[in-house]
Amino acid sequence: MSMSAILIAALVMSVLGLLFGALLGVTGRVFKVPVNEKAEALRECLPGANCGACGFPGCDGYAAAVADGKAEVGACAVGGPACAAKMGEIMGVSVSASVRMVASVACQGYGDHCKPKADYQGMTDCVAASLVNNGTKACQYACLGLGTCERACPFDAIHIDPIKQIAVVDEEKCQACKKCVAACPQHVLSMRPAGRVVNVGCHNPEKGIALKEKCDRACIGCEACVKACNFGAIEMENGVPKIDYEKCVGCMACADACPTGAMEADFETRKEAYIDPSKCVGCTMCARQCKFDAIEGALKQPHKVLGACTGCGLCAAKCPKKAITMRDRRAPRNKLDKVKKAPAAASKPAAPAAAKPAAPVAPKATTENK
Amino acid sequence: MNAILTILIGSIFVNNFAMSRFYGICPFLGVSKKLETAFGMGMAVTFVMAVASLVAYLVNAFLLIPLGLEYLQTIAFILVIAVLVQIVEMAIKKMSPGLYQALGVYLPLITTNCAVLGVAQLNVTEGYNLILSVVNGVASALGYTLSICLFAGIRERLALNNMPKWMEGFTGAMITAGLMAVAFNGFSGLI
Repeated sequence: MSMSAILIAALVMSVLGLLFGALLGVTGRVFKVPVNEKAEALRECLPGANCGACGFPGCDGYAAAVADGKAEVGACAVGGPACAAKMGEIMGVSVSASVRMVASVACQGYGDHCKPKADYQGMTDCVAASLVNNGTKACQYACLGLGTCERACPFDAIHIDPIKQIAVVDEEKCQACKKCVAACPQHVLSMRPAGRVVNVGCHNPEKGIALKEKCDRACIGCEACVKACNFGAIEMENGVPKIDYEKCVGCMACADACPTGAMEADFETRKEAYIDPSKCVGCTMCARQCKFDAIEGALKQPHKVLGACTGCGLCAAKCPKKAITMRDRRAPRNKLDKVKKAPAAASKPAAPAAAKPAAPVAPKATTENK
Repeated sequence: MNAILTILIGSIFVNNFAMSRFYGICPFLGVSKKLETAFGMGMAVTFVMAVASLVAYLVNAFLLIPLGLEYLQTIAFILVIAVLVQIVEMAIKKMSPGLYQALGVYLPLITTNCAVLGVAQLNVTEGYNLILSVVNGVASALGYTLSICLFAGIRERLALNNMPKWMEGFTGAMITAGLMAVAFNGFSGLI
């Protein structure tokens, strides 16, 4: 090969390279996109899970929106308050704390409670199963347990319990990205504040005792929970109770009153009040606060907490001598063991309550052994 | 006209880039887990192949052949394709940030995709003129899009079904791809 041929080849390639390089430089200038430095710094604060819970396309999208002033700093559910604080520093705004939410399952149709309608053979996907004849379980609003939510969760926070075959949320891992809520075709999942002991375990809007044939844990719309709540925290909405968690104190009286067990409550964590006799001066403030008539004691005498105590904690908050502490229960709640009111003045007379003998206590014992 | 039709049928079905020529297998297997992303990839490849065929033909016809530098075709085409993809990426980033986010990672992937270089080389081997080169580029890319979308559709359904343990995931995908290639073999002899 002659020298000139090699030179020509090298020259052509070099010229071509230079031309294209120049072209790229020019187009780079023409198509320049201004980069926002704040967006870079904000992006560093974000966890990078790209879950989309904030409503923006990924963490990049959210950082860009905040940098442009189009979004608030606290929208990242995964980053939480720590992330919001860091972003607030960069943007020069102050941040207030918000309640941590988690997903919750509004269905207890496991085991013998809600039977399957037929033997389902098909795609192991709840969306597919829900399209077949109103779902595969006797109740058309049931959790089908085929794992669509489990697959949708980017944080491994929701699983189908292998024995129960319905969804169970791991509150520790849940980051409130709401992907499971959107994925569930039966709309069984919804968001509620974390760490609460009472949950509405059914979202079937139908009413009537006949509903129990579909699922023996169904909410039949009897509104016993609404009446039982002494704190005005429950209202009916779409045929099922809705708990206002700002008012709920976790006394579980609604779950006690629920005839079907649709109101789920973690009875094992139920506390009881304990009055320290050495500190109590008998001011009767606690007895007046108690909505369950569970504190007895005469004026200026040490008071005592009775078995009807639900562990709501109102008395402990009010005691001026800080004599009341909440402790783990020694025995399940006995709602008959309460201050006896005079028959004439009582709105809940003792007689009908005594007519139900050991029955109220026994079911509570069994539900605690679930 | 006849030639254009022949190229269309040929490049889309008979000599399908992924199923018959086995070009571009890396993104074919990597991007086909979801149908939307597979389609996005297909569209990006179509655009790049069309423009790459055009520019490669021009560089070949007006620079390399007159100077007797046909042996530099491979290098020159790679240069052209790399530059092209960069420009396309910049343009998309400026004009449609949404689209850029959606395609973002796939655009650089196309640069290293042998399918694009393959179509440029093929145009030279077959001796196509300008129009036929571009038609071939577009048709090949459409065939690639077809096969990657078919594959993605199948993979999505496989993911939701109960498979034997040994066939789950990638193994099942590879077997599926093989079976698809056998199916596409049925088109041979059509033109």
